[in-house]
Amino acid sequence: MAPPSSRRSSYSRKAQYSVFTGYILAGIGALVGAILLGVSLWRPSSFNGVRGSAHDVVEPVAESSAQGRTWGLGLFETINGYYRAGSQNAALKREVELARIKLAEARATEQENRRLKGLLGFKDEDVAPVAVGRLVGSTASSTRRFAYLGAGSADGVEVGMSVRSPRGVVGRILEVSRDSSRVLLLTDSESVLPVRRAGDEVVAFAEGRGDGLLRIRLINLGINPLKKGDVFVTSGAGGYYRPGIAVAIVSEVNDDGGLARIISDPAATDWVSVEPIWQPEAVLAVQTPIEEELAD
Amino acid sequence: MERLNPRSRSDPYGRRINRAHSPLLANVVPWLSVMIASLIPIFFMATALPLFPPLGFIMLIAWRMQRPGLLPVWAGFPLGAFDDLYSGQPFGSAIALWSLAMIALEMLEARFPWRHFLIDWITAASLILAYILLAMVVSGASLTVPMMIAGGPQMAIGIFVYPLLSRLVARLDRFRLMRVRRVA
Repeated sequence: MAPPSSRRSSYSRKAQYSVFTGYILAGIGALVGAILLGVSLWRPSSFNGVRGSAHDVVEPVAESSAQGRTWGLGLFETINGYYRAGSQNAALKREVELARIKLAEARATEQENRRLKGLLGFKDEDVAPVAVGRLVGSTASSTRRFAYLGAGSADGVEVGMSVRSPRGVVGRILEVSRDSSRVLLLTDSESVLPVRRAGDEVVAFAEGRGDGLLRIRLINLGINPLKKGDVFVTSGAGGYYRPGIAVAIVSEVNDDGGLARIISDPAATDWVSVEPIWQPEAVLAVQTPIEEELAD
Repeated sequence: MERLNPRSRSDPYGRRINRAHSPLLANVVPWLSVMIASLIPIFFMATALPLFPPLGFIMLIAWRMQRPGLLPVWAGFPLGAFDDLYSGQPFGSAIALWSLAMIALEMLEARFPWRHFLIDWITAASLILAYILLAMVVSGASLTVPMMIAGGPQMAIGIFVYPLLSRLVARLDRFRLMRVRRVA
């Protein structure tokens, strides 16, 4: 469609002035935007308050759409299940038999563990989650990988707490408002997580690459001991995450580490739990400048 | 006497007798539709890649090209501010980029006042590509090659979603100008 002719220069002073003012305002808008952008890159938390309250507003809608999404996933799984019901049923029966035997063995081991820990004077501490909520949304169109959690400061969630699903680590709380909070997902390119290989003490960092894979960067360089299929769990270093939570499976080995897939894909998770910071003292120590002494 | 055609006294926007456009509807629909389009991506679950096209931005340029002069040149500022609240980009990125896109379109239109849809599409495609790339640069993430490659599908989806959104905008435009107000 051609532009209406009133926008071209005409004899009407009013029209001329309004076109001119429009240009000025647009230029100022771009400039102000650039300044705001500079401020938020320099101090990323500058506009958290505004953003947080904006998310609180849409949280109820997001909650119901999250329910719909879970229902849809369940439906597809059900249909899939019917499709191969017979052979799957037989396979599952065999698996349950085995699992029962393993469970009995595990119970015995657990009892023995408890006895040994009692001998050593260790205390069993089960971490109670601070809050349980749904991942209600995400930044699906931005390069940054954030998810939004339907629980906020009203539920006791604080910045830095770890978010996990039954399968493994999902991410870390970055920003909290009253009823919702923003989670930095593992796949975000600014996310770094200290991990170790399950079963031995190969320690590494798992960094997000921004394309859905994690980069496993070994701390001790030398001969790369990684193999395809190795599982990495949190090591507890840094103090944010409890050790021993599943993180990623190595899918490709390269010379200084490997590429890994996340175990707990946020797209497939329904409920997640927020766990308290594992070692608040360690986190505080890291944040305190060297010149200052830790209180206490 | 029978009427020949019951719609003979109507135009595409409804009956003309005793009915007029609603100023509220006519002015609110474009702004509201861009804002809703900005909101839609957050309801989709965290995919590993950024797959969802920047719907708010595409909606804005679709309105701008379908109906020049309806959204003022400075519309990128308020609409971009709204988008920044939800997009996960650092605050200010959409304000700056949307304002620049509106100015660019204004300049382009002074050069080519009459355009074919294909030219519109090519313009929109290059704007979407530029927007996704620049948004990646200013997102605060450290840029990596895999990230750029991962942006490919999003760009392709963005380009192919433009004609659909442009049809949607045409529909919304008819809705916007419905004769709903009763003239006493």
